[in-house]
Amino acid sequence: MSLSKEQIAQVIARELQDGFYVNLGIGIPTLVANYVPKTMEIMLQSENGLLGMGEFPTEENIDADLINAGKQTVTVIEGGSFFNSADSFAMIRGGHVDLTVLGAFEVDQSGNIASYMIPGKLVKGMGGAMDLVAGAENIIVAMTHANKHGESKILKKCSLPLTGVNCVKKVVTDLAVMELRDGVFHLLERAPGVTVEEIQSKTQADLVIDGDIPEIVLD
Amino acid sequence: MKGLNKIVNSYEEAMEGLTDNMTLMVGGFGLCGIPEGLIQKVADTGVKGLTCISNNAGVDGFGLGKLLEKRQIATMIGSYVGENKLFEQLFLSGEMEVILTPQGTLAEKIRAAGAGIPAFYTASGFGTDIAIGKETKNYNGKDYILEEAFPKADFALVKAWKADRYGNLIFKKTAANFNPMIATAGKITVVEVEEIVEPNELDPNFIHTPGIYVDRIIVGKFEKRIEQRTVKGN
Repeated sequence: MSLSKEQIAQVIARELQDGFYVNLGIGIPTLVANYVPKTMEIMLQSENGLLGMGEFPTEENIDADLINAGKQTVTVIEGGSFFNSADSFAMIRGGHVDLTVLGAFEVDQSGNIASYMIPGKLVKGMGGAMDLVAGAENIIVAMTHANKHGESKILKKCSLPLTGVNCVKKVVTDLAVMELRDGVFHLLERAPGVTVEEIQSKTQADLVIDGDIPEIVLD
Repeated sequence: MKGLNKIVNSYEEAMEGLTDNMTLMVGGFGLCGIPEGLIQKVADTGVKGLTCISNNAGVDGFGLGKLLEKRQIATMIGSYVGENKLFEQLFLSGEMEVILTPQGTLAEKIRAAGAGIPAFYTASGFGTDIAIGKETKNYNGKDYILEEAFPKADFALVKAWKADRYGNLIFKKTAANFNPMIATAGKITVVEVEEIVEPNELDPNFIHTPGIYVDRIIVGKFEKRIEQRTVKGN
């Protein structure tokens, strides 16, 4: 069984550490916030100018002046702060954010990531993603392993316009957890019931399989 | 006597001097913190050939979307097209020039414009299409590209929460976003505020934007449309 979006988020949440400042991108990454262990104190950074992003508001507490980078209405937690966009990206480029989680259309074994446009078809824009991948030491990409036609999104070389180069360290997909080391992906874990062969067949990039690959264990 | 009193009483006065082919910087992130009335005034004047520098271009029919509808923008410089169908269509068809710029670089190009810094190095976009034609440099093993500041905009359109007549501003929550930098980067900076207060009501310790940057202030009425209304339990 491949992992659901929520389960991908749950797997990524294992990387959180007490005291971390974390930026979560739009889509699956946003869901990571739902799996922060109760025993941990972390702060979520939203690049539109918010540190200490809280949960969604109740109907009565909705405030048009308080949104996240996905333009959703949110709240602020105790200890939170507001700041302008230049300060926000000083935090990001300056390496003050401990963990960045973002989505992608493609990643490759040179650590490159493509996430902002499909020429002639789809233009979303890079938003803050180019700054986030350039500034972060610790980047996890959350994505589906293959597109809806079954074609691999884990490539030897990205085909789409790049968001950043040589920056991806870890990728969590619906099928697998992989780490990029020395220009090659290493398979660390596989989704429950998904075989190594299936992962291999859906991975166009070189993939190192070292010994028995454990199944992901979810609480 | 006018002196340092920046308050104007009509949108006519607020946007006096606006002509075709000007460059506008416009504050806001999505629809949050946009100078709604000033944008409406630009739409009403019908000026054409504008270059707009703004993180987003509003949504269909609201915010800068109003200027897109009337084809008033020749060049749009921003970081995110998002779900704006008309923006995407004008971009893909080539009807409007669009210069996509990483959000942090956009903020810094505006900040630098106001701060008298002609250019800066950043790692954002190195090795991507953004870097094409730009000078690169390696510092301590890391690669950077040279990004130039924007020229000062003919008009900087800002939305703030409160102002006094001297043009001192404070912003509210995440409605600050690009507004504080944009306030510094206009040949003429016009600020639309929710409320004008007496000068002694704003604590000098907590001024976000000092009045030196501001030329005109007008009190606006804001719809504050929400793009993604999300509540607990969704």
